[in-house]
Amino acid sequence: MAHILLRHREIPNLNQLNVYKENGGLEAFKNAVTRMKPNEVTDVVKNANLRGRGGAGFPTGMKWSFIDNKNWPHYIVANADESEPGTFKDREIMEGNPFQFLEGLMLASYAVGANASYIYLRGEFWDIGDSLDAQIAELEAEGYLGEKLFGTDYSLRLYTHLGAGAYICGEETALLESLEGKRGQPRNRPPFPPAVGLYGKPTIINNVETFTNVPMILAKGADWYKTMGTADSPGVKIFSLSGRVNKPGNYELPLGTTFRELIYTHGGGVIDDRKVKAIMPAGASSSLIMVDDEKILDTPMDYATVRTLKADLGSASVIIIDETVSLDWLINKTVHFFKHESCGKCTPCREGTYWMSHLTERIHGGHGTKADVDLLLNVAKQIQGKCLCALGEFSTMAVVTSIERSRQDFDRVVQA
Amino acid sequence: MSKQVTLTIDGKQITVAEGMGLADAAKLVGIDIPVFCHHPKLEPVGMCRMCLVEIGRPMRDRATGQFVMENGAPKIQFMPKLETACTNKVEEGMVVLTQTQSAKAKDGQKGTVEFLLTSHPLDCPICDKGGECPLQNLTMAHGPGKSRFLYDEKLHLEKQKPLGELIFLDQERCIQCARCIRFQDEIVGDSVIGFDERARATQIVSFSNPGFDSVFSGNTTDICPVGALTTADFRFGARPWELDAQASICTQCPVGCNTTLNTRREAKAGGDIVVKRVMPRQNEEVNEIWICDKGRFAYHYAESNKRLANPMVRTDGKLGSTSWEVATKLAAEQFLKAKKDFVILASGRLANEDLFNLKLLAEQSEGKAYLYSHMAGGELTSLVGVSEGTNFGKMGTGTTIVVVASDLYQEAPIWYLRVKQAAKRGANLVVVNPRKTKLEKYAASAVRYAYGDEVKTITDLNKKDKVGEALTSAENLVILYGSEGLGVSDSAAVASACAKLLQETNHTGKPNNGLIGVWERANDQGAWEMGFEVAEDLITLLKGKTVYIVGADLAADDPKLGAVLEGAEFVVVQDVMETTTTELADVVLPAQAFTEREGTLTSGERRVQRFYAAVPVTGDSKPDFAITSQIAHHMGTSLEGTFVSTVFDMLTNAVKSFAGLNYAKLAEVKEQLPIVGRGDLYYGGTTYENKHGLGAHLSAAATPQETVSIPEVRKEAALHPKENELLAVPVTRLYDRGTTVLPAELLHKRIGALSISLHPDAAQNLGVQAGQTVNVSFNGTSGEAVVKVDDTVPAGVALIPRSMGLAIHEPVAVQVKL
Repeated sequence: MAHILLRHREIPNLNQLNVYKENGGLEAFKNAVTRMKPNEVTDVVKNANLRGRGGAGFPTGMKWSFIDNKNWPHYIVANADESEPGTFKDREIMEGNPFQFLEGLMLASYAVGANASYIYLRGEFWDIGDSLDAQIAELEAEGYLGEKLFGTDYSLRLYTHLGAGAYICGEETALLESLEGKRGQPRNRPPFPPAVGLYGKPTIINNVETFTNVPMILAKGADWYKTMGTADSPGVKIFSLSGRVNKPGNYELPLGTTFRELIYTHGGGVIDDRKVKAIMPAGASSSLIMVDDEKILDTPMDYATVRTLKADLGSASVIIIDETVSLDWLINKTVHFFKHESCGKCTPCREGTYWMSHLTERIHGGHGTKADVDLLLNVAKQIQGKCLCALGEFSTMAVVTSIERSRQDFDRVVQA
Repeated sequence: MSKQVTLTIDGKQITVAEGMGLADAAKLVGIDIPVFCHHPKLEPVGMCRMCLVEIGRPMRDRATGQFVMENGAPKIQFMPKLETACTNKVEEGMVVLTQTQSAKAKDGQKGTVEFLLTSHPLDCPICDKGGECPLQNLTMAHGPGKSRFLYDEKLHLEKQKPLGELIFLDQERCIQCARCIRFQDEIVGDSVIGFDERARATQIVSFSNPGFDSVFSGNTTDICPVGALTTADFRFGARPWELDAQASICTQCPVGCNTTLNTRREAKAGGDIVVKRVMPRQNEEVNEIWICDKGRFAYHYAESNKRLANPMVRTDGKLGSTSWEVATKLAAEQFLKAKKDFVILASGRLANEDLFNLKLLAEQSEGKAYLYSHMAGGELTSLVGVSEGTNFGKMGTGTTIVVVASDLYQEAPIWYLRVKQAAKRGANLVVVNPRKTKLEKYAASAVRYAYGDEVKTITDLNKKDKVGEALTSAENLVILYGSEGLGVSDSAAVASACAKLLQETNHTGKPNNGLIGVWERANDQGAWEMGFEVAEDLITLLKGKTVYIVGADLAADDPKLGAVLEGAEFVVVQDVMETTTTELADVVLPAQAFTEREGTLTSGERRVQRFYAAVPVTGDSKPDFAITSQIAHHMGTSLEGTFVSTVFDMLTNAVKSFAGLNYAKLAEVKEQLPIVGRGDLYYGGTTYENKHGLGAHLSAAATPQETVSIPEVRKEAALHPKENELLAVPVTRLYDRGTTVLPAELLHKRIGALSISLHPDAAQNLGVQAGQTVNVSFNGTSGEAVVKVDDTVPAGVALIPRSMGLAIHEPVAVQVKL
């Protein structure tokens, strides 16, 4: 099947505007601005049941329709802060197929009546920022961005903004704070950004991959889009496969593809033909899926079905763990990441991740006791449900699930 | 009244105003939900996660929007997660379960305390906050008894990090609640501190120069819920439980902030009882729960080693100690002898009772009493001033506030805060000043004029479109005028022009309307109410006269005045400490400081407030009114000299605007919201509850029906300096070299040296750079000043701060040389 998002894999030089246009690019945008009402664009996306690709899987069209139309101006922000360990799909899109992403962002802007939209890039994507700036300039030069587009009253400008290297800025409200020039820390919700967002104005924030789906949906229709994937989770998804597999990388597959197909058909199987021990389907924030039964590998990867395994598909950054990996080592890694990335705003996350890192260090270092493992589990649960944003929650996922689902990995390393 | 909503907290049904936060609503019915980051004066942030509660809301049918009913009542749907009571607002039908009803909430709060304590040093026995610490109290009430965090793994950070020379941070104790940062950002607008780093490395830092560059910095130590922020003045000074508390009033400016003096008997002070710190005392109509750093730190003058302890008379050219009897008798004889050549010069620092006795002394003899001040116009602030019911705290939409010729941040910091907050609530703020001031950022309109053009500018204000509209259509209009670049006659003219504006736009004689003088001293308004006048030309006034100077150091302010005193017939000086002026006196009379006695003061808002004795008197000193009474006795007349309350009663009978007040009424209190204060450490502020009196307003002298006669004042044309000269204008800075400021050594860095502020172009023309010392000369006076380059100073103008050593009384043409 030809790619829908990673089209640059078949079409050389798709990151050049003329090539993108030769391949049907920007027609959907021009058509929408000149022939469609903004809410008609939203309706198509709604009908396609496109779900947000950033992790939460929230229906995109519905989010767009939540924007407060009594309060103006409106803003659209592309979340290009891609920071989840194990996630590397947005980077490939923006490097290989940037115009499709930009066109999706432009279509969304038109749909909600935004005249200024922002791309918030993680600081390390400075080179992508430079190329996006050049591409935006090209679009302006050719009249796809600017004042009174195609002779209509609609105007649109795009701006890129580089973060300063904080994981928390991928959280949408922390992203907005950072974009406003403030310290990147999450806001209290409600109010949610579609009501009170950037500079206090209604704002829609979507992931890069989400936007990249939009031009194809507009061009080919919602019904076409729904022929792919499952009824609950239609369309395609880029799975960032990493961990103990032979061929890690991005794989664009229909939602509902099984773990087995991803790992064995596309990922070349596990290194040294070992057994899959566990799967982290959503990067470091994942609950661990323990593969103690081969049948688990036949689970289709869509938002609803993964949930039946008491885990979340999230951004589909699938990390494969085999028998060579002990989970005490694994969670020591993830906890250190969250301890380092906690923004420090709320107590349970700031203090809890710090405390957990001491415990995982002790346990993994062979100085822990069974009581320490119990304490670690207890501290993780004491964090859960009490934090200001999802980061603190995420920090506990791997901890709680690995101790509860594979306690022997810990008992093995602690002192009697 | 705003819309009311009814909800249930722990089974108690309550009805409160819409928009109130849950924690505040619970507090109203006596349910204390524990908080750390939440403070009722700050926007809720939900950071500390201490106030976790279970919240249920009535379920609505998605299709119809109607409540889903169950057993005749709306079905309540509880959220799966605990929520913060500070950030959630009250909602109709909401059901809240706090720690007393919900095991889940109780457990959540316990968890938060445990998390906070993992990094907290638990050095309570040596911590300044110990004994008045919310973290200590809430740990006892809601925390686990034992720590599961290994003590050896505790973080070790800097324990004494100066954020500036006034405020110190203990990084280990900080719980990252951001109250201090939010206070500076939201309330003050001086964003000079913030968080650095993230996660467990998050620390408070100051990024200004000087560090923590804000005149409100001390307040952050009051609202800090742990011992992380301490003042350089009080840290390691005493344990809170050793302190006694006495109500007082700040005497540093006309705002009249309510304060509490914390005192302790101290070995270091030779076993004396001394003031250990000055704390704000809640008065929502005056200073809320804040005071400025000058009020907090400058009190040290009262314990200066230059305090006068005994009366002295000059014999054979030398001052020597004597008895009260001898000293006052000598003064009395000289005053009688002088007849019409007897002049009383009183400071606005004195209490109402002192001023009243001085005024009576003048009336009973043939002398005349003057107020020592660089600012005039007080007869108009008495006539068309603000009165009962006036409260900046309630001003908002519908009120226009005009600030004329005043840098409020420097002259009366708490008024700056109050005016700023009023503007935030929708009041129309008009700032009329020759240069940009801090307040201008919050103004709806800014009117700029050239120094010298103030009267014309004020007169034309209601002709300007937007400003005129703001003045004429306002329901309430308050005008504050100061002395930026003004001499005595200039300020009289400005007052007159402002009073006219009020009268023309029909904004006199009602609450929240009127003229306020941003005076130099705490009780200038009281002096004006009693009929004191300001002399424009002190040199002529004092030449060859018999002078009774009370609380003023003229010789230090202006050497020319010192020379006049040397040639005067007889000089009696009454003061709290040795000054340049007492050295020139024939008789020196030692007065008690405000910390040692009681009395009343009249604020610029015409509020009369009581202060109380907190520490024992110095030596043989007496309160000013008693000294005056003793002199009067020797002059053959009689003035009350024993009871302040008796003098106050006489004052209320004699001065019309004081009618209806009595000493006891000033001590009345009423419940104030929000509930803060010592008696209830709930919000963690160490602000004191007001138990000693909120004071009372003077009556309105001019009712709307009365026609107020406002003098027509002609203003001379502005000075035009020659080509090689600059127009030097006097401005007021908060920290100066005044008698009641300089003894506080802690403030010396902030006071600095005499400066001259120039526009960058002017500095370039003169060939001088910032930091260089220049010679400033005019009319035979000259002095050295350090150059400050400031682009808010108009070209051709030099700002010279008052009370910094160069006597500049009004705009003058000066020569500036390297």
